[in-house]
Amino acid sequence: MGMTISEKILARASGNEAVHPGEYVVCRIDLAMIHDLTGPLTLKVLKEVGYERPWDADKVVIILDHQVPANSTVTAQLHKDLREYAKKYSIKNYHEVGRQGVCHQILAEQYVKPGMLVVGADSHTCTLGALGAFATGIGSTEMASVYLTGEMWFRVPQTIRCDLKNKLRDGVSSKDVILNIIGTLGVDGGLYCAAEFTGGGVGSLSVDSRLTMCNMAIEMGGKTGIINPDKRTLEYTGVKEAPLKSDPDAEYYRTLEVDLATLEPQVAMPHSVDNVKPICEAGNVIADQVFIGSCTNGRLEDLEAAAKILSGRKVSPNTRLIVIPASQRIYLEAEERGYLRTFIQAGGVVCNPNCGPCLGGHMGILADGENCISTSNRNFIGRMGSTAAKVYLASPQTAAATAIEGRLADPRKYMRG
Amino acid sequence: MDGIKGRVWLFGDDVDTDVILPGKYLVLTDPKDLAKHALEGLVPGFADKIKPGDIIIAGKNFGCGSSREHAPLALKHAGVGAIIAKSFSRIFFRNAINIGLPVVISKDARERVGEGETVTIDLEGGAVIKSNGEMIPTESYPDFLLKMLMDGGLLQSLKKRFEKVEKK
Repeated sequence: MGMTISEKILARASGNEAVHPGEYVVCRIDLAMIHDLTGPLTLKVLKEVGYERPWDADKVVIILDHQVPANSTVTAQLHKDLREYAKKYSIKNYHEVGRQGVCHQILAEQYVKPGMLVVGADSHTCTLGALGAFATGIGSTEMASVYLTGEMWFRVPQTIRCDLKNKLRDGVSSKDVILNIIGTLGVDGGLYCAAEFTGGGVGSLSVDSRLTMCNMAIEMGGKTGIINPDKRTLEYTGVKEAPLKSDPDAEYYRTLEVDLATLEPQVAMPHSVDNVKPICEAGNVIADQVFIGSCTNGRLEDLEAAAKILSGRKVSPNTRLIVIPASQRIYLEAEERGYLRTFIQAGGVVCNPNCGPCLGGHMGILADGENCISTSNRNFIGRMGSTAAKVYLASPQTAAATAIEGRLADPRKYMRG
Repeated sequence: MDGIKGRVWLFGDDVDTDVILPGKYLVLTDPKDLAKHALEGLVPGFADKIKPGDIIIAGKNFGCGSSREHAPLALKHAGVGAIIAKSFSRIFFRNAINIGLPVVISKDARERVGEGETVTIDLEGGAVIKSNGEMIPTESYPDFLLKMLMDGGLLQSLKKRFEKVEKK
């Protein structure tokens, strides 16, 4: 019996020839990331243990992204603690304000290669599976243990295969694909499983698009999203070969087929990510705020798609648009290509790379009774501030069309050849 | 270890980490401060209403969403003695055990126990015991996890392991 790519990576990292779903293994970790909200708790645990030195300073990454720049003395202290820890232990992979971005995007741009076993103290670490790595989110104490030992136990997950056929039509994006899948499987439909995206449809998607899909694997309970490396992966990560791939006779717990050619723009209605409807059934939804950004959809391709729709148009007087590129690299490229200018001329605000309104901790907070159409990944009660606000999840294209109309809008009417 | 005994609070499916501990409090690191906001998104004033040792019984996918350890920390320090659910999100499950908050999987407890009842959890025996003696089975842990939980969590194991390293 063959193995899936997830099983092969866990076998390699645990020093086994083969592993099987359900088995418990201890693995060597290739990369371990903390950020400014979960990292301080990790440092606190290390202090309590009485031993703080990371097992390998080159394999740890520290990124400021949730509250950047610091918005209070409390946050400033958290940043300072991380900065001093990095300095004390000569951690060169420390990302200072202005040289950072949303942590998962920084890991994608600079660190993760196919076949790696990556853990991050953030649930959306599963994003990195798009590069053919096994990547998963963990808590702060678990991370302290990884920092000290370089290893962690895993229960080898079963794999759900999402087989994508054909190509997306104009105005439909990989965000719509993953929302559709979560709507079908449910918020616990992938609990403890790896979600592997396969098929010709995946081949047609850019790496940016793939990162969006794997990012949301956690929203159905997944341990990682994962995609077998191909030419695009090799080019993106700058490696010559990526030998770990799923065998043709690998065993899958479940297979789901998605026809990309017939897919319409999707919306996750409040307050659950699996409350998904095609946009034509979403009804009349007033948009008080529109957010384009986050580890889900703050990449260059997302900004390009939104800028194409907003170019020469204006944000509705009844709404406000917030655009946040996911990294400094994207920020600069979007500036050079004129996208930022487009957003500003349309009447939107463009902020420096950070997590933004996504988790209601820093900027773009919602008041009672307000609606936000967001390209982020969660629409839980109170996620963006008030527990009496509502968050609707959609693609950057849908968000851009919504910003123009001031209410949830189908982007396909704004497509120009 | 004696059983964990407490009064029951019932919750539904998919109780997420944002209602357990909203994002705006993630800058707090002192468990006592976090505890004041436990489950604020779902039951305003929960921290004042809970009695030490109370037990949460919930439906499926408890703790879904974020990896924030602040969520189980807030519950533990608010006084929650244990959580029983049909299933847990995997990160929350690991986090809870790591910080020494017992989390128990039971397919039937949610339907067979009422709000405000008192139950006892026998971790090693794998059962939730009602006050009338009725036993509801729970899923067993792998040995190493049960041991970690009995020892008080991952921090305690790390302390033991690195005590010697530090002295070198």
